[in-house]
Amino acid sequence: MTIHSYLNTNTKAASLAAFRILFGALMLVSLIRFAVLGWIEKLYIAPEFFFKYTGFSWVQPIGNWTYLIFIFCGLSSIGIVLGYKYRVSIVAFFLSFTYIELMDKTTYLNHYYFISVMAFLMIWLPMHHYYSIDAYQRKELRAQYVPRWTVDAIKLLLGIVYFYAGLAKINYDWLINALPLKIWLPGSYDLPLIGGWLEQSWVAYAFSWGGMIYDLTIPFLLLWKPSRKLAFILVVIFHLFTRALFPIGMFPYIMIICTIIFFDAKVHERIIDFIARLIKISRTIFDNNLVITSKNSNQNFVKGIVLVFFLFQLLIPFRHMLYPDNLYWTEEGYRFSWRVMLMEKAGTASFKIVDGATGKRFYVDNRDFLTSFQEKQMATQPDMILEYAHYLRDHFANQGHQNIEIYVESYVALNGALSKPFIDPAVDLTKEYDTWKHKGWILEY
Amino acid sequence: MKNLSQVVFALLLALVATIWIGCGDDMTGGEDTPNDQFDRGTMLAHWADGFIIPGYRSYLESIDSLQEKADRFVLNPSLSRLNDLRNNYRFSYNAWQEVSMFEIGKAEELLLRNNTNIYPTNTVEILDNISSGSYNLALPSTNDQQGFPAIEYLIYGLADTDQQIVDQFINDPNYNTYLTDLTSRMTSLAREVYNDWTNGYRETFINDDGSSASSSVNRMVNDYLFYYERFFRSGKIGIPAGYFSGSPLSNLVEARYTQPLPINKSLYTNAYTSVKNFFKGESKYIGNGPSLESYLDYIKDLTDGADISEAISSAMINVETVSSDLDNDLAKQVLVDNNKMLATYDALQIITVLLKVDMLSALNISVDYVDADGD
Repeated sequence: MTIHSYLNTNTKAASLAAFRILFGALMLVSLIRFAVLGWIEKLYIAPEFFFKYTGFSWVQPIGNWTYLIFIFCGLSSIGIVLGYKYRVSIVAFFLSFTYIELMDKTTYLNHYYFISVMAFLMIWLPMHHYYSIDAYQRKELRAQYVPRWTVDAIKLLLGIVYFYAGLAKINYDWLINALPLKIWLPGSYDLPLIGGWLEQSWVAYAFSWGGMIYDLTIPFLLLWKPSRKLAFILVVIFHLFTRALFPIGMFPYIMIICTIIFFDAKVHERIIDFIARLIKISRTIFDNNLVITSKNSNQNFVKGIVLVFFLFQLLIPFRHMLYPDNLYWTEEGYRFSWRVMLMEKAGTASFKIVDGATGKRFYVDNRDFLTSFQEKQMATQPDMILEYAHYLRDHFANQGHQNIEIYVESYVALNGALSKPFIDPAVDLTKEYDTWKHKGWILEY
Repeated sequence: MKNLSQVVFALLLALVATIWIGCGDDMTGGEDTPNDQFDRGTMLAHWADGFIIPGYRSYLESIDSLQEKADRFVLNPSLSRLNDLRNNYRFSYNAWQEVSMFEIGKAEELLLRNNTNIYPTNTVEILDNISSGSYNLALPSTNDQQGFPAIEYLIYGLADTDQQIVDQFINDPNYNTYLTDLTSRMTSLAREVYNDWTNGYRETFINDDGSSASSSVNRMVNDYLFYYERFFRSGKIGIPAGYFSGSPLSNLVEARYTQPLPINKSLYTNAYTSVKNFFKGESKYIGNGPSLESYLDYIKDLTDGADISEAISSAMINVETVSSDLDNDLAKQVLVDNNKMLATYDALQIITVLLKVDMLSALNISVDYVDADGD
């Protein structure tokens, strides 16, 4: 099959519609759960300082109005489910969700990043031409078929997430030492039924190797029709295991639901039929035997965006190769790379404020500025240590201190090894800047 | 075909539902766990029976007797009765160091530590309370007007000579009332905590032996660490040494008025020994038992991990060496040679890192019960 003929192959629009509805609904549930657990207040309103991503320091929580951002995000996910003003809804969702994630680097999770990335992709896909309010209201929008690549794009993104997570597991500690699972699994010794096994060393090895093989092969097992059902059962079991063992919130459910996209369109039609029976609106009016139509120039623009998007997704996780030393230690190029549950890392950092002229010095009580969650995250991530040091410099400068120099005494324990000094305690952090270059003030692992 | 995917869909729903229900925050049970596991319940029992309950018992006995001495003193203030009172105060203050770290259960609910040992004490407010006769020691705002530091001020710090102190109590009965109000509040709070432990809380504590963030081991370890960092390392050494302020603050030592036989070094030493014994499971009441140290050793063998308890033990030896040089009066030490105080702080800080970073990481205990998703 040539690329040209592939791009002209069509498939049922029901696949995208079912995905849109399930994805939107899960987002709504996730946002409600987040609010009910009190995390909006705890993570975005209570702290007085927020860690920023380079270039996004203007993204700030807005006090109690932050709740409005979440409500806005929740409303836009309802728009996604309904397919109501879909383009506006998905853009609004992408922007508000991403805004929330950019407010504080402390809360970075791969699965939040996954949602932003998936939402971005969904902006460009024809998700609302079938079984949506938009298409219900505007007959000319209705289409029973969409280009096949639009469904495959979702599969490709999911495939990248799994495969790259698998690649990341091919490392010495994970495979040869079964770390960090050997440290983590005994912590769940009191789980029903399986708890007693979790302290066994061979179980940690089995989980480590099994996880690696699972991540690397599951996209292909899902793609290949004969193995698809078995693969989906594996997806369910794998993610529910991770849910039982680790505090990873909604992520397992999101992945389980997303992988349904790999099934035939018949399954997706059946999901829509199930919903159709509940709300008593049949999908037959959308079955018009038409393929979506749009101007060729638009089509090419969208294809170009999606192509660049995937090139970016394929390359970004490898950027860590441009940096020296142990990736887990420096975390340079660690984020946005599907490195999920890969290391046990803990640390502590105490900051020394020195008057460069008089030599007078004192130490900071981090609790005066950070929540315990922020302190915990900051202590193991060099860019956050630097950002906090600069915040302290500004804070004490405002108090009238002069000639401020800031040094940090920090220790980090990685994967069960004894804690070691992390940042060079002789480096004045006020003179360092966060660039994409290697941070020479991180001590060697 | 249709049936198969329906089966898959149903299976999915069932599994999701099972795990959703099964994964509440409190995961208990696990009765079929093998016997060779480390028994957290036994460790909790050793903590309760070897440290917490007998510690509170002897603390309570000592402040019951402190209250008697105070009552006797105010009945007929004299130098010899003041002396009896002072001796008992010293003894009780030391007994307190053994239990201050156990701010869990009733003690946590009553904020026992805040009501017992907040220093520096607020002498202005104390004198104001005494002269006005109106005060409510149950208010959190009065934490710095009660407890050992307030009693200390009354029996050591009121005047330059002992006779002048006795005369104050003779001349103004309001002083008598305030002193006995202080001692009776301390005894009633301590009695409430002790009675709670002996009337059921011990069993609650021991039975909550799971691995969730709110289980007894996780909470106790967090409380222990919080005490170690804040009240022991910083409160007794770091703050007076000026670690957080830039200049030494000798008037912020514990028991600053107790002269001419200062006790703050011995309070520090006693607190240190209590911290150490708890870590090692060495109870002076019932002997050795399972502890954080043996738990760490168990995990080390399980994971082929680093020898954290060995590192902690040698860091403790280092602390003992460094702080043996300290003067009996830490305030004097701060003024004469603060470097020794700073060196002690640095030695204590090494243990902080090992406890907070290495131990918590190895034992899978989250700091301050942070509950947020991970990935």
